Amino acid sequence: MSHDHAHTEPPSDIELRVKALESLLVEKGLVNPDALNTIIDTYENKVGPRNGAHVVAKAWTDAVFKSALMEDASEAVASLGYVGRQGEHLNVVENTPEIHNLVVCTLCSCYPWTVLGLPPVWYKSAPYRSRVVSDPRGVLEEFGTTLSDTVKIRVWDSTSEMRYLVLPMRPAGTERFSEEQLQDLVTRNSMIGVEQVRLPGVEDESN
Amino acid sequence: MQRFPLQPADDDGPVFNAPWEAQAFSLVIALYEKGLFSWDEWASQLGEQIAIAQAEGDPDLGNTYYQHWMRALEKLVASKGLSSAEEIGEKARQWHQAYLNTPHGMPVKILSADD
Repeated sequence: MSHDHAHTEPPSDIELRVKALESLLVEKGLVNPDALNTIIDTYENKVGPRNGAHVVAKAWTDAVFKSALMEDASEAVASLGYVGRQGEHLNVVENTPEIHNLVVCTLCSCYPWTVLGLPPVWYKSAPYRSRVVSDPRGVLEEFGTTLSDTVKIRVWDSTSEMRYLVLPMRPAGTERFSEEQLQDLVTRNSMIGVEQVRLPGVEDESN
Repeated sequence: MQRFPLQPADDDGPVFNAPWEAQAFSLVIALYEKGLFSWDEWASQLGEQIAIAQAEGDPDLGNTYYQHWMRALEKLVASKGLSSAEEIGEKARQWHQAYLNTPHGMPVKILSADD
């Protein structure tokens, strides 16, 4: 959980050029950063969360895959064709009736984008990053997630070397669901840990 | 807006392999929506760039698509007088230095480039 680099590792040449062009165009008033965010927001759900949902649904239905995933998530996820380009390690943390996991990057916005795509704007926001640590239950409430007092919350702080994916609990009533049907239930937010996976139309039983 | 034959995509739209690809994508859309070039101009610039890469031996399997996209964008903004290659290179150098001068976890700002 430590950020042990003295400086921030510069991104690749192409990333720097994109960043350079973007900042120049913003300075010249030719593009508006908010408009860029809106464009990206439109597409971000199409990038990765489905990769993550595939990983989760497979773990729910395939015990061998699940144990491989808990053992070495980077390798298990790569076996499905989802390979990170930055050599970062992926760790899967499993929700249970006793433990709920929540992922943040307190210092920047490290994110397992191989499986989740681009981070949502709120994930990068300072209020989320700081409040998840000081008041995780309050943050979960804001996402409409109420946990019983007996459930322990674990907050995982991502780094550039270690990213986390939450394996949510499989909802009751899905015993007959196929892997594809299960995959459709898994939301991006449930894999960050701010929500639980629910069957549509089923109320939170702890309410 | 037309889809290009080689653009990585599925039924729902473009697929990105990294945040910078989405960033480069959004720059083109934003400039286009602002009317700074037509979609035809962009398409022919991109097509030209892909043809150059293929001629240079790129198998062009989709994994290099946004590299071509970015090169095409740099050329188009230069020919439109929006930003020159030198300017982009210099700004990229400043960003590189800013990363080196920023402790990990702190927001990287270009002001740090001259520290």
